Amino acid sequence: MLQELLESVPVISELAAREPQALLEGKRDRGEITLVIAPSRIAPVCRFLKERGFVRLSSITAVDWYPAEPRFEVVYHLHDIEHNQRLRLKCRVHEGESLESVTSVWRGANWYEREVWDLFGIRFENHPNLRRILLPEDWTDHPLRKDFPVHGGRYDYADQEHP
Amino acid sequence: MSEPGAAQPEAVSEATGRRLVLNMGPQHPSTHGVLRLVLELDGETVVRAEPEIGFLHTGIEKQCETRLYHQVVTLTDRVDYLAPLSNNLCYCLAVEKLLGLEVPPLARWMRVMLTELTRLNSHLVWLGTHALDIGAMSVFLYCFREREDILRIFEMFSGQRMMTSYFRIGGLAVEPPRGWHRAVQNFIQAFPSRLDEYEELLTRNPIWLRRTKGIGYVSLEDLLDLGVTGPMLRAAGLAWDIRKAEPYSDYDKFEFDIPTRTESDVYARYQVRLEEMRQSTRIIRQALEGMPSGPHVADAPGIVLPDREKMKTEMEALIYHFKIVTEGFRVPPGEVYQAVESPRGELAYYVVSDGGNRPWRVYMRTPSFGNLQALPAMVEGGLIADVVAALGSMDFVLGDVDR
Repeated sequence: MLQELLESVPVISELAAREPQALLEGKRDRGEITLVIAPSRIAPVCRFLKERGFVRLSSITAVDWYPAEPRFEVVYHLHDIEHNQRLRLKCRVHEGESLESVTSVWRGANWYEREVWDLFGIRFENHPNLRRILLPEDWTDHPLRKDFPVHGGRYDYADQEHP
Repeated sequence: MSEPGAAQPEAVSEATGRRLVLNMGPQHPSTHGVLRLVLELDGETVVRAEPEIGFLHTGIEKQCETRLYHQVVTLTDRVDYLAPLSNNLCYCLAVEKLLGLEVPPLARWMRVMLTELTRLNSHLVWLGTHALDIGAMSVFLYCFREREDILRIFEMFSGQRMMTSYFRIGGLAVEPPRGWHRAVQNFIQAFPSRLDEYEELLTRNPIWLRRTKGIGYVSLEDLLDLGVTGPMLRAAGLAWDIRKAEPYSDYDKFEFDIPTRTESDVYARYQVRLEEMRQSTRIIRQALEGMPSGPHVADAPGIVLPDREKMKTEMEALIYHFKIVTEGFRVPPGEVYQAVESPRGELAYYVVSDGGNRPWRVYMRTPSFGNLQALPAMVEGGLIADVVAALGSMDFVLGDVDR
């Protein structure tokens, strides 16, 4: 599958030449291109792709494949407006593993990375402000993980201290 | 919660020797929901602005993972209360792409017509509240008068004014109602003159011009870098519209223009959205004239609920109905990122299937979340009175931001 992409999409063959260790897998499914990138190389790969026309970062999110290992897939959706092409990058990371932030490539990555940290608990190195974004600051869990219950625990008012 | 804006209370400016940290929101009329802005002021100038979001976070994405595929449709309504049909459409298109399901022409055209009415509905609320924020009260009343007509049309189609859930996987929820053609026709005939009314009130109004021209400027490069989409990008000169660039649901069969401006200020955004309303009117008129006939759902037993009449006479129909309602349907493994042009910009659903009857992951790339990141760039260095104008020009919905 990767071979077919290398031959048909010039930007991917350029990427393979520039970052030979980074490109792990690639596939085209339902017309959408997915590349699996080595987690340690994500920032240079993004920087290169931005220079090559992927000026817009559409979103960053993650998928939890618990109990598989590595359990998380961090998914980047890139968009080249001029050539009207979309590209999906994926990094597979274990629990506790962190990724290099891409905020230096696109400033817009800031909130998306904060959201992934907030909801999945995946850290981004060199992020300017990696705080929780949607949940309260004193929250301890990461609710979009598959082992986080949907219905939560029982809340008992008697346990609360009333000052 | 920590106070990010209050981090350095001793910080003093050289000009006046004093800075003020002001909390705007989470309960403030101009934020249209619960957005908290921490503003650092030097006199009346905003030095730093930091949006705090999450007050409306309801965990919709987590909920989606626990529901059957067809049950998720009703959750997508509740993301953006001004554009429920755009969200319905985006989700249905994503699942249909995963299934490889083709919907019939009537459903495709009906979807186009109703999402354009949704765009009008959303832009009308935006215009009314934006003008109200800046001080033009009457525009609000006029806009809501027209919006009421659109909501009546939605009610006619789906029985609901706001949480419509009218688009389902494989087509429409029910057949278009009797008399829909005349209702839409009446509305669309009157609407252009109503738009002229709004323009008369605002476009050359000196107060409006002074409050909006040159306010909230951000360059196109910065907007792209910050991940802004939709009318804000078009007001900065980029003619990019997903309806044209990646046509879905037969949008390529409709004629319309992409309005652009280059000033990238609050006034340019106003002009772009007003022109978009005229273009939407054009699309709806074409949909009315060329509406195809035929079934409103795809012929996909096991995915689309069977006809009520058939359930009374055919055994298979009854079995399919029972199976869909109780255990849903299985979707082949894979992942799809489907983007549509919502009234606010790029709305995309990333649906991941593991082959089961519930989505493994539904991610909503909502336009308001992406756009709101540009707020500091828009208001920093400006006056505090202009924050309200800049906020209004972004046209965000907090439900859409926080999900």
